[in-house]
Amino acid sequence: MVISKKPLQFILVVTMALMPFISTANPTNDSTKVESHATTKATKVVHEKEHSEPQDEKSRIKEFINHHLLDSHSFYFNANEETGEHYGFSLPIILWDNGFQVFSSSKFHNGEEVAEHNGNYYVLHHEKIYKTDASGKLNEEHGHPTNVRPLDLSITKSVIGIIGIALLMFFLFTGLAKSYGKNGGIAKGPGRFFEPLVIYIRDEMAIPNIGEKNYKKYMSYLLTVFFFIFFLNILGLTPFGFNITGNIAITFSLAILTYIITTFTANKNYWSHMLWMPGVPVLLKPFLALIELLGTIIKPFSLMIRLYANMLAGHVVLMSIIALMFFFKSWIGSPLSFALAFFLSILEILVAFLQAYIFTMLTSLYFGAGNEEHHHEEAHH
Amino acid sequence: MQIPEIVGAGLIVIGAGLGIGKIGGSAMDAIARQPEASGKIQTAMIIAAALIEGIGFAALFAK
Repeated sequence: MVISKKPLQFILVVTMALMPFISTANPTNDSTKVESHATTKATKVVHEKEHSEPQDEKSRIKEFINHHLLDSHSFYFNANEETGEHYGFSLPIILWDNGFQVFSSSKFHNGEEVAEHNGNYYVLHHEKIYKTDASGKLNEEHGHPTNVRPLDLSITKSVIGIIGIALLMFFLFTGLAKSYGKNGGIAKGPGRFFEPLVIYIRDEMAIPNIGEKNYKKYMSYLLTVFFFIFFLNILGLTPFGFNITGNIAITFSLAILTYIITTFTANKNYWSHMLWMPGVPVLLKPFLALIELLGTIIKPFSLMIRLYANMLAGHVVLMSIIALMFFFKSWIGSPLSFALAFFLSILEILVAFLQAYIFTMLTSLYFGAGNEEHHHEEAHH
Repeated sequence: MQIPEIVGAGLIVIGAGLGIGKIGGSAMDAIARQPEASGKIQTAMIIAAALIEGIGFAALFAK
């Protein structure tokens, strides 16, 4: 290249640093907002029931943050607040309510209308589906509706994210595995970027903790869980509003899998040492057994909470700081918020990798604890 | 948020901060003593830090 890269990089960085000034382009006076609200009310009163569009700043920010933190039945990228149009697509809703009811979530019109399907009326309230009558009445009690909720098996945004990541992992790693055969032991293709990670998991996590003899049968689960959590965490940092590992149901299932595998593949030494620990006075042994049994539940529980809390807290803080950028519409507040959000995003990438690493490391430690060989006690009384 | 909740959250953060700070400090002492073991020390430090942070977050969310 004739011109060196340095001025180009400088221009790029300056452009990025000046981007938050776009936030000052929004009109700050609230009177225009109130006016548009009045006109939209007049035109829309015919075919929609009254749904107050959130117009003031705080509830708009709350809606923005909730879009990024909560699971939703439709996949939309952003919404135009004036007209209420959402750009994206609706996902199918699958309910079990005396038989499968399958319909598209566009029938809910973004939570404003009552969906009618085969004579049953459903209403969407805070992303939960309730069964109501034709008028869409929700019997409230203590602020929570007490209507019957059908079993909700729909394909939501998180499910689409998980399916997408599963397909990505499948094709990436089968491609990597095949490339070894074709290239004589050297990896080729995009999967080779992850080869050092796979080898690290095998050499530094599985073999030291589980032992040479039977680490192989656990390797598939360890690798899957590591890359699953890592890719899902990174997906949460993209602007599409995915928050999958920050959902306690997902981390609960991962922790349950770890618990099931530790319990059902542990060898005799594990149970005998746990329930009748050698080298401890006999009077204490029952108490220790109780505590150890409790420990088997608490360890996966802490795995679940750790991943969930780290991811959710990271997302909440990051979204709040980004929203702060639009809240402060000033020349000094917005760029500072932008810089903070930028550095926090970089930290979030580190946290994404770290949480996957910690989950896998602790899982391998628990597997190793279940596969310990019998060490002869030196001081036998 | 009431005052006791705020005080509780502050105590949790102090606890987590002290714990991780202590681990970081002793990790740095250990690395200064034996630089060739820094890889293992770093690994152990990160694991301990993540465990403490897990408790901290769990306490914060259970408030």
